[in-house]
Amino acid sequence: MLDVWLTRLKQKHRTMAYPDGPAPELPPRFAGRPVLAAGECGESCRECIAVCPTAAVQAGTTGLRLDMGRCLFCRACEQACRRQVIAFGPDHRLAAGQREDLIVTAASPAVAPARHAPAERLFKRSFKLRQVSAGGCNACEADANVLGTLAWDMGRFGIQFVASPRHADGLLVTGPITRNMRLALEKTYEAVPAPKVVIAVGACAVSGGGYAGHPEQCDGAASVLPVDLFIPGCPPHPLTILDGLLRFIGRIAEAPGP
Amino acid sequence: MRNALSIHNAQAVRIADCPALTLEAFTEAVVREVPGRARLAALLATPWPDGSMHLLAVLADVADETLSLLSCPVGTHYPSLTPVVTQAHWFEREIAEVWGIRPLGHPWLKPIRFQASAAGNQGPPIGVTDFFHMQGEEVHEVAVGPVHAGVIEPGHFRFQCHGETVYHLEISLGYQHRGVERALRGGPDRRTRHYIETLAGDTTIGHATAWCRAMEWLAGARVSPRAMAIRGIAAELERLANHIGDLGALAGDVGYLPTLSYCGRIRGDALNMTALICGNRFGRGLLLPGGVTQDIDSGLAQTLLGRLDALESDTRGAVELMFRAPSVLSRFEGVGTVSAATARDIGLVGPAARACGLEVDVRQNFPYGIYRFAYIPVCTWAGGDCFARAYVRWLEVQRSIEFLREQLRRLPGGAVQMPTGGLPPDMLTVSLSEGWRGEIVHVAMTDGRGAFRLYKVIDPSFHNWFGLACALRNQQISDFPLCNKSFNLSYCGHDL
Repeated sequence: MLDVWLTRLKQKHRTMAYPDGPAPELPPRFAGRPVLAAGECGESCRECIAVCPTAAVQAGTTGLRLDMGRCLFCRACEQACRRQVIAFGPDHRLAAGQREDLIVTAASPAVAPARHAPAERLFKRSFKLRQVSAGGCNACEADANVLGTLAWDMGRFGIQFVASPRHADGLLVTGPITRNMRLALEKTYEAVPAPKVVIAVGACAVSGGGYAGHPEQCDGAASVLPVDLFIPGCPPHPLTILDGLLRFIGRIAEAPGP
Repeated sequence: MRNALSIHNAQAVRIADCPALTLEAFTEAVVREVPGRARLAALLATPWPDGSMHLLAVLADVADETLSLLSCPVGTHYPSLTPVVTQAHWFEREIAEVWGIRPLGHPWLKPIRFQASAAGNQGPPIGVTDFFHMQGEEVHEVAVGPVHAGVIEPGHFRFQCHGETVYHLEISLGYQHRGVERALRGGPDRRTRHYIETLAGDTTIGHATAWCRAMEWLAGARVSPRAMAIRGIAAELERLANHIGDLGALAGDVGYLPTLSYCGRIRGDALNMTALICGNRFGRGLLLPGGVTQDIDSGLAQTLLGRLDALESDTRGAVELMFRAPSVLSRFEGVGTVSAATARDIGLVGPAARACGLEVDVRQNFPYGIYRFAYIPVCTWAGGDCFARAYVRWLEVQRSIEFLREQLRRLPGGAVQMPTGGLPPDMLTVSLSEGWRGEIVHVAMTDGRGAFRLYKVIDPSFHNWFGLACALRNQQISDFPLCNKSFNLSYCGHDL
């Protein structure tokens, strides 16, 4: 018994101060929210579009558009760009309540709104989620699961993954929704008592990601269920997921001060 | 071996140089070698340059470190190998499902993924199939999944029980099938790297290593010792993160919360070390044919060494605490035992095989990259139970930390990236790497234009799911979560 206490002392208190204190430091090579510079693209240069594996980069009428919902954050476009119009910045705040808000242009606001008024009213202090993996590669699942460890401890906010959909306030869906999982996902959704919400985590669940267009899958959760929060990334960093969940239920401000 | 083309790990050969045997000679050779002298690393069907279909077997002969390729033309059916060579059973079901080639006499022929065939024929809806069934008044059946209780991938488990005792567990997968192998054919293209990195997202480095080496050997490209070392560092960090996470989860499954809590956090520390190297916790984008995309300079190496010291001390405290607890040991020992003979028969790989005392480790048996220069001893433990599978992980964690320290202290020189050319036509390679779950096999064949005629992926889980089924025999059904975690297999790596 003594060694249990000694080990406990040695392991120390490790739960991060965020969101009351600073967010954990992200690595210098982290690919966060993409930033597009205004104009300056050569008319004929389409190299960023040509290298993108998921057609996330497209030419709009007023300049480039980068759809974070499709983006794998592989930086291929950034490396192909000769004029440094595309750059992946350090900002981890990627989640958005509306699918179209994931499309970044030179004129986009720094953070898209994610707050969901009914969710804030109902789930602000107790938010139970049933996770369903439907074709995910286990990276999104792992980085959602990590929020339950003592470093992140999302239980502090009353957020918890639960075993039964009957105990859940909503689903957290990962993967592109394979055809083989579609029925199981629909049944799980039906089993969640109303009012309920759906959160799509990762490029696959938002748009099909790297599997978009495959006949074996459905191009994301929104093709099957009504989605209330989109958290892009491949996989999203745990901080990105936590930020999305906290803004969704109104536990932190949409755009905290500098 | 007679009648076979022997190659070393990832060596590229012309498809035409692979001798085509008669079906009888092919069968005779496989039966003669497996499982006594060699393991069936791969058995697949593939279109051949002459337009016919061929069976291709890759036999891994541990004793003389060679991979033997055997092939023979095949029609719509052939006599099944499974009645004699147990480890062929899953491969033959896959061949039947994908290519419609029937192994006659296969004892349990049914889909493994419920996917459309290569010709586009959709089989039965997922899960609609026969299951093993035990008769008897007091027998009951328990069905679990596809959606499980935790944050975990989907799969279906069918237990045949008498009281609390499981007589048989049948595992039915395919829920994660997203068409990766089909999409890889005709490549490489701009999505190929992403497909490889997400075959099993927790084994990004393991699979990317096998892919890069296949591409490099096909194209005749070279890799610098520095890039090899960085790949090795990333691979061992991946092993550390997953093994430490598994040790914590095993503690959690027997209700020992201190180790669960500590290891859950320490696993993140290992992932964050990978993120320091390349920006992503899973190592996405780090490996590329020809080398790696990010260097480790001396400052970063020092930072990583410092973090490694802290990680080692924290892990030792957390894990030794668990292995000193009698309540943990009594739940680990003698539960979910797989005998060495069974492990050899069914072709187990990775820590699950080493926990049965089998010395199978690609890093040693078919050394590649940095492992040709830096020696990592094979960690084994006789026992085959949940304790052995936990303890082998702990031994491997310690060996990986030693390796990391050695590499980070004296990284070899050289550019991190070398140029690679296109792929030549009608070539074949078999590339093996040791992922944290075990042996990863990638079989790449090019067509007349140098595009992938076939890109076959065999994740270690493909071999090991049946091992979990064997481990459950005569166990209490309440021990299933513990046994399952002691294997911790990949659903998406199997379903592809």
